[in-house]
Amino acid sequence: MPTVTLNKDVFEELVGKKLPADELKDRISMLGTDLEGIEGNEIHVEVFPNRPDMLSEQGFARAFSSFIGHKTGLRQYDVQSSKEKVIVEEAVSDVRPYTVCAIVRGLSFDDERIREVIQIQEKLHVTQCRKRKKGAIGIYPLEAITFPVRFTALPPKEITFQPLESDREMDGLQVLSAHPTGRDYAHLLEGLEKFPVFIDANDEVLSMPPVINSHKTGRITPTTTDVFVECSGFDMKTLSHVLNIIVTALADMGGKIESIEVEYPDQKLVTPDLSPARMKFDLAYVNKRLGLTLSEEEAVTLLGKMGFGYEAGEVLIPAYRADILHQIDFAEDIAIAYGYENFQEELCSTATVGKEDLFERFKNIVADVLVGQGLLEVNTFHITDRELQTERMRMPDLVPIALKNSLSADFDTMRAWLLPSMLHVFQNNKHNEYPQSIFGFGSAFVADESTESGIGEQPRLCVAHCDEAADYTYARQMLDSVFGALALDYGVEAVEHPSYIPGRVGKIVVEGTDVGFIGELHPEVLDNFKLDYPVCALEVELRKIFDKKNKI
Amino acid sequence: MTLQDTVSTFTELERKVFPALAKEHLLSGVCRATGLSQVEVMRAFQWLGNKQLVTLAPIVKEMIQLDEDGEKYAKKGLPEKALLRVTDTPSSIPDLMEKSGLGKQEFNVSLGVLKSKAAILMDKGQVSMTVAGKAFLEKETLEEKFLAKLLKRALPREGLADEEKFALDTLLKRKRIVKVQVSKDWKAELTDDGKEAQKIDFGSIATEERLTSQMLKDGSWKDKSFRAFDVSSKVPRKTYGKRHFVNQANAYAKQIWIDMGFEEMTGTFSDTSFWVFDALFTAQDHPVRELQDTFYIAAPEKGRLPEQADIVAAVKQAHESGIDGSCGWQYSWDEEDAKQNVLRTHTTVLSAHTLAKLRGVKKPGKYFALSRVFRNEALDWKHLFEFQQTEGIVIDPDANFRHLLGYLKQFFAKMGFPEARFRPAYFPYTEPSVEIDVYHPIKEEWMEIGGAGIFRPEVTVPLLGEDIPVLAWGPGFDRIIMDFYEIVDLRDMYKNDLKQLREMKAWFKA
Repeated sequence: MPTVTLNKDVFEELVGKKLPADELKDRISMLGTDLEGIEGNEIHVEVFPNRPDMLSEQGFARAFSSFIGHKTGLRQYDVQSSKEKVIVEEAVSDVRPYTVCAIVRGLSFDDERIREVIQIQEKLHVTQCRKRKKGAIGIYPLEAITFPVRFTALPPKEITFQPLESDREMDGLQVLSAHPTGRDYAHLLEGLEKFPVFIDANDEVLSMPPVINSHKTGRITPTTTDVFVECSGFDMKTLSHVLNIIVTALADMGGKIESIEVEYPDQKLVTPDLSPARMKFDLAYVNKRLGLTLSEEEAVTLLGKMGFGYEAGEVLIPAYRADILHQIDFAEDIAIAYGYENFQEELCSTATVGKEDLFERFKNIVADVLVGQGLLEVNTFHITDRELQTERMRMPDLVPIALKNSLSADFDTMRAWLLPSMLHVFQNNKHNEYPQSIFGFGSAFVADESTESGIGEQPRLCVAHCDEAADYTYARQMLDSVFGALALDYGVEAVEHPSYIPGRVGKIVVEGTDVGFIGELHPEVLDNFKLDYPVCALEVELRKIFDKKNKI
Repeated sequence: MTLQDTVSTFTELERKVFPALAKEHLLSGVCRATGLSQVEVMRAFQWLGNKQLVTLAPIVKEMIQLDEDGEKYAKKGLPEKALLRVTDTPSSIPDLMEKSGLGKQEFNVSLGVLKSKAAILMDKGQVSMTVAGKAFLEKETLEEKFLAKLLKRALPREGLADEEKFALDTLLKRKRIVKVQVSKDWKAELTDDGKEAQKIDFGSIATEERLTSQMLKDGSWKDKSFRAFDVSSKVPRKTYGKRHFVNQANAYAKQIWIDMGFEEMTGTFSDTSFWVFDALFTAQDHPVRELQDTFYIAAPEKGRLPEQADIVAAVKQAHESGIDGSCGWQYSWDEEDAKQNVLRTHTTVLSAHTLAKLRGVKKPGKYFALSRVFRNEALDWKHLFEFQQTEGIVIDPDANFRHLLGYLKQFFAKMGFPEARFRPAYFPYTEPSVEIDVYHPIKEEWMEIGGAGIFRPEVTVPLLGEDIPVLAWGPGFDRIIMDFYEIVDLRDMYKNDLKQLREMKAWFKA
């Protein structure tokens, strides 16, 4: 979730009311943002992803001022027509189909303002625009541009401009390889035959979205007063919201918003459209969901505290709000305005019966027996190292389920069995007292086409004993004590298994079903784990045993 | 404890050693007096020291002992005397060597000694005895006297007479005659209590060490009395088997859920994205689905969509155009994305499965889960890629937000945090959403403990088939475990150090 830093002076001036520090902190938290702290003149807040309109001083102050009851209700923003035009050419339909644009005049940009504008842009790029994958924002000094502006796509070699913070002209491909921002976002354009560009009437490149603006025509300076704003990308709804969030913030800085005609090959749009969306208000639903008995008037007051308007049974949703999908979203905003701290807590009167999962209870019985035998339970990870599962166990042909994207090479595989994890525990405990007798529960992962995911998970038990005197007898005693307690009819049959000493390994069979292995570990395996004492062990598929018991 | 009580806890060894201390104070002396070994006497000394009946002090002594040749010379006389005896007639050196029967080295040393004492005269290769030599031969030297004394027993260096000191210095210049052995002894001096305890009659004090089965069988225990033990003293530690401390804590948390009438949900760790994300109304371009947050399975990369086609269709609709009056996320939902296999990032996936199973079953229910979840993190002190989550849902047509807060209050009170406060929060699948802070009574501060909310209609309608309120909360449980066990580094939760596991306190929380 994005954290923004707000200038407290700017914020308080925008709110129009100064609150004592404690109240300010409390109100910020209760508005639905996570306050990280206030240091000097900086307020650090985490804004939740559903409220991108609060990613700026202006948007945050707007919401806050309503919330504390200072300036409530729907904010009106006046939009005049600029009579300018942006032409969207057919060429972009495959590479970056949409743009929405606006002009804002009468701004003044000191260093603080420039910081604020850059912050809004960056935070929106990360959140709503999904790191510029879904959309990108460009802001340009109006005086450098001649309308009409064209939004088109050109072969990268034919695009020539001097990108921001660069001292020379480059072509489209050079930007992606030689410019730091270009390299960061190269993956969004790479492989395309044509790159999208905004070009003005003088054939001057304004920008190559979503990567970078031109140094000449796309850089805000302290002398800039009027700006051209565009958002381009793939999702019209997102782009409109992002544009509305930016222009309303700029308007709150003192700017006047003007619309632009955006001419697509098949339609004409006038953007930005700041008229509020309307949705029918269902008071009964909201009251029921919240456990309240608000009157319409009370509900409307609370909606006003969240910046909504209300007209004849309909809620007017500000054009910068992107998170209202359903009645339930009004319910939450009303709850916030009502104050979470003001709700009377209550328990449902419906009676239900508590129940532990039967297999979990079964595991507890097994654990009780082994704890009684003096064994320590260990808790190992399901994600492990492939080599540990295979070669180190003399099982080079075993193919465990692999992860696609683990951050660590030591943890790139789902374990196919538990025993290697137990031996790894012994390896990490060579400095500790012997004998070491341990057991653990956990799942083994195998390919299994019968399941929805294609992965079968087998809950298992593994018991292992490391000691000078560790032998088959000990392992068999543990097996007998667990299976004896479960009153199972079982036996052990001689078998071959590369991880165990030949002649000292058996498969465990319960009523005709193979459920696991038992034996003394092969010295080569012990050597691979650098162990100095013998190990005997058993591993069983607990679920198979449970299923047999559960049938009876 | 009276002195009588103290004495009655004497072990067999103390009972032998303590009386000997009336006369002897040294370890060596007590050994001689009692016939016990040094180890035994020393053990008794320490016990008596612990009871403050004696004070112990080490004594370091240098003892003079005969060396190899010294013993021979002490018995047969010094080699220079033997040499002098055969010089009664002047002889050449080779003749003398042969007559004396001495080794070359002994011979040379002896010759030197005799020369220095002017006991012989050497003239033109002939050696003859002098008058002084005659006197020397007849007289017992200081060295001989000293050796004779050493033959009886070793002597402490301290307290030697002046002549003896002279003899020692002379002998130490020669090889293998005497040696200085540093010996450590212990002195046990009776304290005032010790002196008092010496007066107690031991005869009346119980002596039997062990009750035996023989005594029980033949009834002889009736005539015996048993030595009292010092029950305050420590004994060697004995290890025992136990559950992993995290699982002990889990059992406690599960009990709380069950007490509150919740039924346990379990399920697989791996699942398709459909259940982990799509069914929970998490848009397909939501950042949580990115590779750096979620573990994806390489093979089998994709699974199947669930067999319930109505659920799949409803989920698709919820995302694309909305369901039940919602406008949805408005994008084209890709079923191939939904098929991708992942490791579950939250236990909420179990709630999604439960809701789907309850589709068409109209009854209220409460369910919980406590299990492992996975996040693609590099391992460090505050990040694990596998950790635990607990989660509860309440499905009830009459449930509302106030009930959610009521359950949260009750749940955390049972977990040991009677004070809880609620703040607005955001999760893609709940609305309203709540962040829970609990007050830590010992640290005296608020602690963020987890999220909660009511499932959105976009979740419940596709899965349950209708918009019934489902209250849900999922506190991070590892945090509470770490707090109880005072663990700071998350990795210590699952490092499986057997010493740590053996010594970890048992989970007990009111």
